[in-house]
Amino acid sequence: MEAIYLSFILMLSIFLGFELIAKVPSTLHTPLMSGSNAISGITVVGAITAANTGSDQLALWFGTIAVALATINVVGGYMVTDRMLAMFKKKD
Amino acid sequence: MQNINIDLVINLAYIAAAIMFVFGLKMLSSPATARKGNSLSATGMLLAIIATLANEIKLPWENIVVGLIIGSLIGTVAARRVEMTGMPELVALFNGFGGASSLLVGLVAVFAVGNSTFTNITIILSVLIGGVTLTGSLIAYGKLSEKMPSKAIQFSGQQLFNGALVVAILVSAVMFCMAPGIESPWLIAVIILSLVFGIMITIPIGGADMPVVIALLNSYSGLAACAAGFVLSNNLLIVSGSLVGASGLILTNIMCKAMNRSLSNVLFSGFGASKVSSATVEGEVKPITADDAYLILEAAQNVCIVPGYGMAVAQAQHVVRELSDLLSANGCEVQFAIHPVAGRMPGHMNVLLAEANVPYDQLVEMDDINPQMPTMDVAIVIGANDVVNPAANDDEGSPLYGMPVINVNQARTVFVLKRSMGSGFSGVDNPLFFGDNTRMLFGDAKDSISHIVAEFKG
Repeated sequence: MEAIYLSFILMLSIFLGFELIAKVPSTLHTPLMSGSNAISGITVVGAITAANTGSDQLALWFGTIAVALATINVVGGYMVTDRMLAMFKKKD
Repeated sequence: MQNINIDLVINLAYIAAAIMFVFGLKMLSSPATARKGNSLSATGMLLAIIATLANEIKLPWENIVVGLIIGSLIGTVAARRVEMTGMPELVALFNGFGGASSLLVGLVAVFAVGNSTFTNITIILSVLIGGVTLTGSLIAYGKLSEKMPSKAIQFSGQQLFNGALVVAILVSAVMFCMAPGIESPWLIAVIILSLVFGIMITIPIGGADMPVVIALLNSYSGLAACAAGFVLSNNLLIVSGSLVGASGLILTNIMCKAMNRSLSNVLFSGFGASKVSSATVEGEVKPITADDAYLILEAAQNVCIVPGYGMAVAQAQHVVRELSDLLSANGCEVQFAIHPVAGRMPGHMNVLLAEANVPYDQLVEMDDINPQMPTMDVAIVIGANDVVNPAANDDEGSPLYGMPVINVNQARTVFVLKRSMGSGFSGVDNPLFFGDNTRMLFGDAKDSISHIVAEFKG
């Protein structure tokens, strides 16, 4: 049942994603990509909760590296997107 | 009771975060609200991370803190240092990190005892997609940053090899699910095979097709996060991953359409390998001096500038913006016509022009500028070639035939700024250069424009 429930969420989000992204003008496609990079850094949440046993050293290592890599995406992605979007100015 | 309440709070925070991501993306639909949207999305992310830290942590505190600090430092430095011309490489690298992170989350989940078969299948998916995204992105990074040859690498039996690879991955995946465990040799096999597969699907793609690859890898990095979400039964990961996955797919589709090629054509065949142009271009090239170009521009009412990546490489965008300002001051309406595949990634040209302070309302998409083309007094082509090639419209033998182009040849006069006669990235002849209304302004684009700018000021 869990599988069905998760797939249901997956399906709805994909449709939502298509609707949302189709409205982004081509001018903003590069910030869209770097911004979505940042969103895909959400795996940091997964990495924090995934490591199950305090005992296994290898799992801890994997978990820590996963946190670090996902954080690069989150911090770097949002910052560079902000830097780009700050440059887009209207004609005055 | 206490636990249930905390669980509830966390899930409410996740819902709030998902809403902020959605609204953040919605606000990206206009440059005026986009920056706020990005901040909203970032706030959502912060909320999700804090909510997670408040409860479910299974990783020791010190490990989390070390991971967060290292990641933040690297991310900050990368985001601050990167040049706008280098954005494609950075995005490729970030895609790879996202993939690697999902791969590791999948591996960590293997350590848990008593996983259901469904969980094991999602673990394999997470490892597989993560691995492919990791190495695929690293190859894309190498090609884009010119640390390795950017042209397509192909060898005989490549399709066969890739087919065998897919079969091997499937077999290993099934074997792992039948006897799961961190010691399973099949797990190692899946990891190695997916890493190899990532390399194999990226090396045969080269040159002008790279924008498609980054968009596709962007989509994979989202799907990898999605798979990790299934492993952990985490809704937020699934929702965010699908948003990113959908985004990458849409961009991939736009890029393919703009090149008039199918995705399978981009993925499986090097460009121009089997195509021969039937028509040879004949006619006379008419050069013009910068002084004469100035006289024509001074009288013009409507001007459109068609920039290509070459303009940014020559760092001519600042002087081009200066010319545009002078023309506007002279009572002329100036527009920048941007082809979807100009630049090295979707929307790259727009960012480069925004960096040079060109206002975004002056940047016009191909479909909006083409109907206005017959009323243009002058179209100035700078560092672009294939995207203005009229053969794409009327020469059925041309490899570019069918690709939508900016119809500069319909303008009253066309200036083409070019270093010398030579064909574009695709190696296809361009009849535009021989058109009756075309004038070639030979020389370095930056120098030529500077000369015209000096005349205007003079």
